[in-house]
Formats: sequence, structure tokens, C-alpha cells
Amino acid sequence: MANNILVVAETRGGDVRKVALEVVTAARALADGLGGEVHAIVFGASGIGSVAPKLGAAGADAVLVVEHEGLATYNAESVAATVAAQITSGGYRAALFGASALGQDLAPRIGAKLRVGVAADVVAVSADGGEIVVRHPMNTNKIIATLVLAATPALVSVRPGAVSVGSVAKAGAVRSVSPAMDPAAGRVKVTGVSMGGGAKLDLAEAPVIVSGGRGLKAAENFSLVEALAAAFGNAAVGATRAVTDDGWRPHSDQIGQTGRQVSPDLYVAVGISGAIQHIAGMRNSKTIVAINKDKDAPIFKVADYGIVGDAFEIVPVLTAAVKAARAQQ
Amino acid sequence: MKIAVCIKRVADMGARFQIGADGTSVSETGIKYDISDFDEWAVEAALQLNEKHGGGEVTIISLGPDAAQETIRKALAMGADKGVHLKADKIPFDGFAIAEALAAELKSGAYDLIFFGRIAVDSAAGVTGAMVAELLGLPCVTAVSKLDVNGANGTAERQVEGGVETLSFPLPALCTIDQGLVVQARYPSLKGIMAAKKKPLESKPAQLGAISVTVRKMELPPERSAGRIVGEGAAAVPELIRLLQTEAKVL
Repeated sequence: MANNILVVAETRGGDVRKVALEVVTAARALADGLGGEVHAIVFGASGIGSVAPKLGAAGADAVLVVEHEGLATYNAESVAATVAAQITSGGYRAALFGASALGQDLAPRIGAKLRVGVAADVVAVSADGGEIVVRHPMNTNKIIATLVLAATPALVSVRPGAVSVGSVAKAGAVRSVSPAMDPAAGRVKVTGVSMGGGAKLDLAEAPVIVSGGRGLKAAENFSLVEALAAAFGNAAVGATRAVTDDGWRPHSDQIGQTGRQVSPDLYVAVGISGAIQHIAGMRNSKTIVAINKDKDAPIFKVADYGIVGDAFEIVPVLTAAVKAARAQQ
Repeated sequence: MKIAVCIKRVADMGARFQIGADGTSVSETGIKYDISDFDEWAVEAALQLNEKHGGGEVTIISLGPDAAQETIRKALAMGADKGVHLKADKIPFDGFAIAEALAAELKSGAYDLIFFGRIAVDSAAGVTGAMVAELLGLPCVTAVSKLDVNGANGTAERQVEGGVETLSFPLPALCTIDQGLVVQARYPSLKGIMAAKKKPLESKPAQLGAISVTVRKMELPPERSAGRIVGEGAAAVPELIRLLQTEAKVL
């Protein structure tokens, strides 16, 4: 029991998010290293307990289900109070979160309640002789820090995409838990949630990202990038800061030092020169392709594969070729 | 409104970093320092709020070595009214230790709003703001990209993956500021720089909290192996597709 790990498993629209399964996977390996169990806790409206089998399949021994009509959307104060109470009453060794908008909001609240630090946005977590050790990219991914968490509980948020979802299936036995604080008593109220584009893949979860920069010359030319992303079938669209500052794309699409930091399997940079601030956000991508008309553009220094030339000529041909390649599979 | 903005002096992220001799820090040799981007936007947001509502006071608080006073002066030159320097020769990595020191300073300030940047661009943790809110018992909204204040109530938007949340909350409250809230932070004018020299800046020891997260090691990530130019123009596309399929195995 003293070596059990609690995972706050994020849900949206009644289903678990991919990052939740990634964090359960990370917790499974950690619990096996410590000789403990993985318990996932989910919050939502009535019926959210139906996600338990998915969490079990990813490695959760038990699933704590907190169902309440006031938890249909994220209620930070109630969720923080409930997780903190569970960590204390359950004697958990560690609690793991996704380093998503929700997890980054939630983990520090719980840290302050329990008077311990948080290792945020880590790419690896392991047990090292009873200590919990994490790796955290900092200084815009130019430095990797190895951190030691001395206190119990150790609170850790895991970067989306850093861990591949595992398949060490466990029982996922469901246990019902009541909120430690009435959601209605929360002072901060979520009054609306608008999801852009419905089924669109998020940058943090997409295996492929196609990004555009100033080289596209005008907002409407992003249709080229969108078409290429659609051809991959599993791609999200990103942008440089120059482009989001000009209002061609929303700020939420910005990849870089002050935007999102991503590490997809494939990153395609279209008309992006490769400013240091942009590279900070994508240099951890597994494979990088760059298309730029300037053969001396810095983006080619980080790209695995480059094509020099006019994006307006190359991208439509690439889009057709990707479609054809996928059709053959 | 009485607004406090907590800012951090950070290295210029354009630098080529080296690891310090102790193996657990970033070498300061040849590094320039400035206010963290998100914190600069938080200062700008505070100044704009008071310009819109009239009156008010903006207090800048920064924890760090003596050089943090230069960073506070920059925010004062932008137009903030006064500064508080919480002196700590080394900024601990543990956000909770920092949050305790900031909360101790903030608790008696009777601020309507407390702003932080969403993250410090160096340590990239983004935990201190929400911890301070919790320690002070304040309503908290993180990663705010739109903010309106109407009397004793605020409304905010925050980016979540693939969408936007709209929230309402009572003041006093704490917000961490994301990009998008302000277009650009103002540059300090010469007049502002001169005025900042005369603005009050108090320095006192930081009352750091307990440290439970420590740095064992820092290292540079492996360099990306040199890539190659596949070719020029659309004629290079078939070879790129072949490489993506057979070498990178991502298609």
C-alpha cells in the first residue's frame, strides 16, 4: 500500500484522453519497480465509470470513480480536494498526472495542499532504489534535468506523448468515491467549453504535425498545410509565432518557446525558416521534414530530410504522394 | 485595482547553454538575463487593466539573487509602481519552496489580483502560481488568454487541448497569464527608465519553504544527427516518400 501509485486519469466527453492511458502506463512501470499497485481516479458526470476497462487494459489495478453532475466539466477546486484526500487516506507513494492544461492546473494545487513540490512536465519517471527520479526538459528543451523527489507523496506530471500506451492489462476493479468537496461550492466556475473543429487532433496527441510559417505568405494559404495534414490522416496543424501573432492562426496552434512543445513521430515544417524560438518547441520530434526555399534556412540544420524549393509547388505534390502511399497500405 | 505581479529573472533562451561545474546547474558564463516572457505579458496585462479601470497600483515581486532587482526595475520602467525583491542567492528548483516565500509576502498585501506568468521559460514547470493561490486560499485560474474584470468579479478564458474554457470567478483571485492575453509588452520609454530609478524597491530575505524536489544532474540533450537535403523542388518528393517509408518508417 505504501508503494501504490495514484493516477489522475483525464476524461473528456465521457471518454478517457490518450494522455490518461500514457500516464497509467508510466505509473504501471513505476509501481512494478516499487512493488505497488496502480489506482486510477476519474471524475465526471454519471456514467464516467464506463471508462474503467480502458484504464485496466493500460495497467490500472483499480479505478476510483467519482461521479457527480457538477463534475461534467473540470472543477478544479473539488477535484483538487478529492485527489488530495485520496492521496492522504490511501497512503499513496506518488500521484501522477498528465502535463496537459488540466494536469498542469491540478497538480500544483494538490502539492500546496499536501505541502510538497511537483515535478512538472517530465518525459521519464522511474524508481531508483526507493527514490522517485524523473527527467524534465527545461530551458526550451536545451537542457535535461534529472530530479529527485524526496517527499511522500511524490507528485509528477508526465508530458503528453512522452510514453507509449502499454498493454499490461490489470483488473481495473471499480470503486466508487464521493467528492471531498461539493463541486457547487467551487468559487471558479467553468461557464463554457468550446472545442474547435470537433474531431480535430490536438497537437499534443497527434503522431504527425504539419506546421506552416511566414513562407506561406497569407492566411488563406494554410489550406495547403491543412490538405497535407488531412492526407496523413493522423496529423494536427501547427504554426510559428510570426503566423499566430499576425492572426493567421489561433495562438493555441503556436509551437515554440512560448507556445506548445511537441514531440510527434513526424514533424513537417512548411515555409518555416527555423527561428531558435520555434525550434525550441519541436526539436524533440522523432523525424523532421523541412520544405523551404532558402537552402541556408536554419530549419535544415535540425531537419532529417529537407527539400529546397517553393512550398506552393512542392506541398500539393507531396500531399498527393502521401495520399497515394497511404492508399496502398 | 491593487495588482501584484510575480516575475522571474531568466536566462536569454537564445543562448547556447553549458552545464555548470557542479553538474547540477546551468553555467552563467556569457549568459544574458531578462524577464521571463510570460511574466512580461503579466506585467503588461496588469498595467493595461489599471489603465482601463483608472487608478490602482501595480507591485512587482521577484525572488532571486541581487541581480533580480534589475529585472524588477525593468517592470517599473514599463510603468509598475513599486517593487519587492525577495533575496535568495540561488533560486531553488522546487516551486513549493518558492511559493511559500511569495505567499508570505503576498498575504498581507490586500491585492485584488495576483498575476504570474504561466511558466518560467527556464525551469518550465509552471507550478508556483497555483501553489501560491492554494496557500493563500484564493480562487485561481491558470493559463489565462483572455480576462475581463467587472467590479468584484472576473471572467477568463483558458486554452485547453483543442478548445477554450470560459470561467467566472470572484476577486480577489490569482491568475497565471498565457500568451494571447496581450499582443505585445510595451518597451520601457526613456522617461519610464528614469522614473523607475526613483520608484520604491524594497529588498528582504526570502522565507523559502521546505524543499522536496532537487536536481541530481543536468545535461545537454543529444545533438540531432545532421540531416540531409533530399533534393530540390517537387522532383524530390518521391525520394522523400521513400525515406519516410523505409528509413524513418513514419508513413
